[in-house]
Amino acid sequence: MNDLRRRRMLVLLFLFCGGSLTATLAIFALQSNINHYYPPDEVVAGSVPIEHTIRAGGMVVIDSVVHDDTGLGVEFELSDRKGSTFSVSYKGLLPSLFREGQGAIVVGKLQSDGVFEANQVMAKHDENYVPPELKELHEIDDS
Amino acid sequence: MFHRMASPEHFFAGARLWVFWLYLLGVTGLAIGSAWGLFFVPPEKYQGDSVRIMYLHVPAAHLAQMIYIAIAVAGAIHIIWRLKMADVFMAAAAPIGAITTALALISGIMWGRPTWGVWWIWDARTTSVLILFFLFFGLVALRQAIGRRERAAFAVSVLAIAGAINIPIIKYSVEWFTTLHQPASIELGRNIAIDTVFLLPLFVNLASLYVFVAGVILANMRVDLVNRYQTTSWVSEWFRNN
Repeated sequence: MNDLRRRRMLVLLFLFCGGSLTATLAIFALQSNINHYYPPDEVVAGSVPIEHTIRAGGMVVIDSVVHDDTGLGVEFELSDRKGSTFSVSYKGLLPSLFREGQGAIVVGKLQSDGVFEANQVMAKHDENYVPPELKELHEIDDS
Repeated sequence: MFHRMASPEHFFAGARLWVFWLYLLGVTGLAIGSAWGLFFVPPEKYQGDSVRIMYLHVPAAHLAQMIYIAIAVAGAIHIIWRLKMADVFMAAAAPIGAITTALALISGIMWGRPTWGVWWIWDARTTSVLILFFLFFGLVALRQAIGRRERAAFAVSVLAIAGAINIPIIKYSVEWFTTLHQPASIELGRNIAIDTVFLLPLFVNLASLYVFVAGVILANMRVDLVNRYQTTSWVSEWFRNN
């Protein structure tokens, strides 16, 4: 490799490393803005803005979903499976993939009493793809 | 072999048969994989029939990133060695990358509505893939905006290399940040989280899309070569003979 090519290669390497460094720093600086939702431990610890529209997410606690008499209102709990749990109250249609034991993301306002008033609920699908005949097996696995 | 294919004339002649076989193999494979995925795979436990969107979404999203990596490598090769074919490749692959990314985005939007409950959200994964689409678009637009071929090739190379930083961001966005998009189901050194009945047609479609896209890019490169070298004797000779 001659000098000119080596020099071009060094410039490129420098450009690439500089770009990577810039991007890494930018990502670290923006971390809290890039995260799509607040995890349960931050909601419980009170480090999220109260009465402001935010997104929070967690796993829907098994046996926590309670529908009210109108059929539209629903209350459930979101947890990180590490001891932090908060309750959500929501009025409206749930996505079809919303179910206990699966992830969900809620958009709405955290009230001062610690209840999250959601105006939108999104179901988070996990990376597992299971055929129907293995349903029972998988459910045993879950619990 | 390498030096022969680096010459436009030999590449143009040699790629002709390749295009034919790549198209044939790719289209056959895609037909088999898609029919398999659409009609012979059971609905998934939670997603139901929406799972079938995966057979377009995953190969398209994977190919989009691979095409970008290939363009960035070609950009580096062009800048360091001034290899003409590297620029021909970049010009041919950029629009294909844009189309593939668009397919991944559109199929993802269609999957998101029934699964998540929303068409689109601005999480780290979806946003970084949208940026990938704009990057491909930028590669095409930048080339057309600069009149002189040499300068356009240099500018496109620099943009391609600088934009390559987006690729690891796409890849790790689902691990570094909290996203609505799920983490990868297939990862080297980890158990595959997709059951085999769903997996086989996915691999068929993924491999076939690689083959098909390679064919499309080669065909594009041949067209580009005729355009670039229209004044040379080998092009006029080829037109006389065909």
